[in-house]
Amino acid sequence: MEETAIGIWGVPLAVFAGAIRVSTPFIFVSLGETITERSGRINLGLEGTLVFGAMTAYAVAVITGSPTLGVLAAMMAGAIFGLIHGWICKFPKVNDIAVGIAMMQFGLGLAFFLGKSFIQPVAPKLPSIPLGGWATSPQIQAVLNINVLFFLGAALALFLFWGFKNTRIGLILRVVGDSTDAARAMGIHPDQVRLLATAAGGALAAIGGAYLSLYYPGSWNEGISSGQGLMAVALVIFARWNPIGCFLAALLFGGAGALGPALQSVGVTKGYYLFYAAPYVLTLIILIATSSPTRSLAGAPGALSLTK
Amino acid sequence: MTIEANDPAMAIATEKSASLRPVLEWIARRVEPIVIGLAAILFGLSLFSLFILAVGKSPATLFQLMYTGGFGSWFSVQNSLSRAAPLLLTALCVALPARLGLVIIGGEGAVVLGGVAAAAMALPLAGTAPVFLSLVLMAIAAMAIGGIWIGLAGFLRHSRGVNETISSLLLSYIAIALMNQFVEGPLRDPASLNKPSTKPLPAEYMLGNIPGMDVHWGLVVGILACIISWVLIEATSYGFAARIAGGNVRAAQIQGLAVGKLIVGFTALAGSFAGLAGMIEVAAVQGSANASLAAGYGYTGILVAFLARHNPLAIIPVAILLGGIDASGGLIQRRMGLPDATVLVLQGTLFIVILVCETFYGRFKVFNPDLWKRSL
Repeated sequence: MEETAIGIWGVPLAVFAGAIRVSTPFIFVSLGETITERSGRINLGLEGTLVFGAMTAYAVAVITGSPTLGVLAAMMAGAIFGLIHGWICKFPKVNDIAVGIAMMQFGLGLAFFLGKSFIQPVAPKLPSIPLGGWATSPQIQAVLNINVLFFLGAALALFLFWGFKNTRIGLILRVVGDSTDAARAMGIHPDQVRLLATAAGGALAAIGGAYLSLYYPGSWNEGISSGQGLMAVALVIFARWNPIGCFLAALLFGGAGALGPALQSVGVTKGYYLFYAAPYVLTLIILIATSSPTRSLAGAPGALSLTK
Repeated sequence: MTIEANDPAMAIATEKSASLRPVLEWIARRVEPIVIGLAAILFGLSLFSLFILAVGKSPATLFQLMYTGGFGSWFSVQNSLSRAAPLLLTALCVALPARLGLVIIGGEGAVVLGGVAAAAMALPLAGTAPVFLSLVLMAIAAMAIGGIWIGLAGFLRHSRGVNETISSLLLSYIAIALMNQFVEGPLRDPASLNKPSTKPLPAEYMLGNIPGMDVHWGLVVGILACIISWVLIEATSYGFAARIAGGNVRAAQIQGLAVGKLIVGFTALAGSFAGLAGMIEVAAVQGSANASLAAGYGYTGILVAFLARHNPLAIIPVAILLGGIDASGGLIQRRMGLPDATVLVLQGTLFIVILVCETFYGRFKVFNPDLWKRSL
């Protein structure tokens, strides 16, 4: 194997490469969830949206031959899922966390149902940008071969960070998220804002799914997501509803997820399966460390049911 | 107390006798969830029919097959009952914490670890200890680990304010990784090649069938667990205290209730039921611990609990119904050429519609005794 050529240095290199490769879906789902949660609503159904987005993107890419069309179709599907979630949560006495769990099961079921016939065909992959031309080592070249969606996600994080602070739409989102009454007093319709914010969150989560099926691991199957959509919810809390924080936290998660395979590639096989748990353990530790029983979380939108 | 004569419900109550009113109230409060629940199921089935029509199949054929596969013969009834057994226990894992206002969705993790713990406990015992003792110790081990697992989510909720929905789900993924580690590592039977598993239990150490039926004892265990939970919730001070704490934590604390102990106790009991489901899966169905333990019982249990509105007695019929739907999946796949995920789509649709229908509770005057005297 090539790994032996650079020996033990292969581990940090593989973790770095993994962080970039694995983090992209986390970036999109967590940015989407940030938009939704900033409006005061939580969507646990993003796991279902992610998987349905992965299926839609793959199916459309197989049929049309264009991965870009696949991503766009996934966005549409994700937005529809978000609209359904947002519409249902408008009814009084309906618990948004429970609806999220239901939407997750529905999304998974529908994706498995409609995606059955796309397990065999091969879809065209999303393009990536080779930044490693200067390097002589094939490993470093591989590491720096980065997918376009990663850059889009990074740009989106910066844009959202700026947008929340400096635009009128950002202000409206924050007001609705902090106080339904204050928003009403300003003449804003909180339900409409939350509906659109949930739709936007769904569209972004579906892009994360499209990345999974069209780039890495790059095929459609029923086990394509292992909770990325749900971990993103924890990641948003960790990132304190800050888009740039989401981007960095996603990189951290990606790195944790890549640790197991990286160690295995250099011959560390003891406790191999436990390394698969690393991102989940990391999330849990972070949640424990950053939560408090007495005060609500710093930076949390006031109307969010999750943190009450 | 003035009584307006033009309220029909109240008029009936006063005409008969004043003492009839509590009876009517009792009936009204119990009929409401049944009527709304059935209406929701019918509406969900109609939506699902539209979906089936849209993919070019006949809903009538599908529902007929679902009935045949789930309840059409004694054989299929027994099959449905067997599938309902773990659902009873995993639904309790959601319903008990729900009494405190907690949404636990990580029951799958407790099932998986319960199964591994049961297998780990059984293997040294098998062949030496008496069968009954061995089964009891397996159940205790499974319940202990399941209780610790979900109880941890409750503990973190109370002591650190960590959202229990997310922590229980993360714990569930961690549990599955732990199971893979144990089943691939220290507990692996070298004879299991493609499908790693622990050594199989000797046949005589398996949990047998209920006499006269082809249904294992897990069903009885599950039904007993539901009855015990119902008594706990409805007839003990713990259940009452839990309801107060679920309604308003501050009020409960001012009343001097030990909210922390309630939360940890209820979540631990809930988790131990899910762990028991894992033990039954090992001791009655699989015969060893392997990856099949993560078959989604934990997730279907969430749906069962919500359909039953977290009432342990209502869980019994709902679990049997969903067990039947699950059991009919294979038949639908073979006869209609629909994917096995058809059942998942139906479950998801039903789940969403049921939750939307929450909004109708208390809106119909007929069902709401509090509104009887206040109306015009």
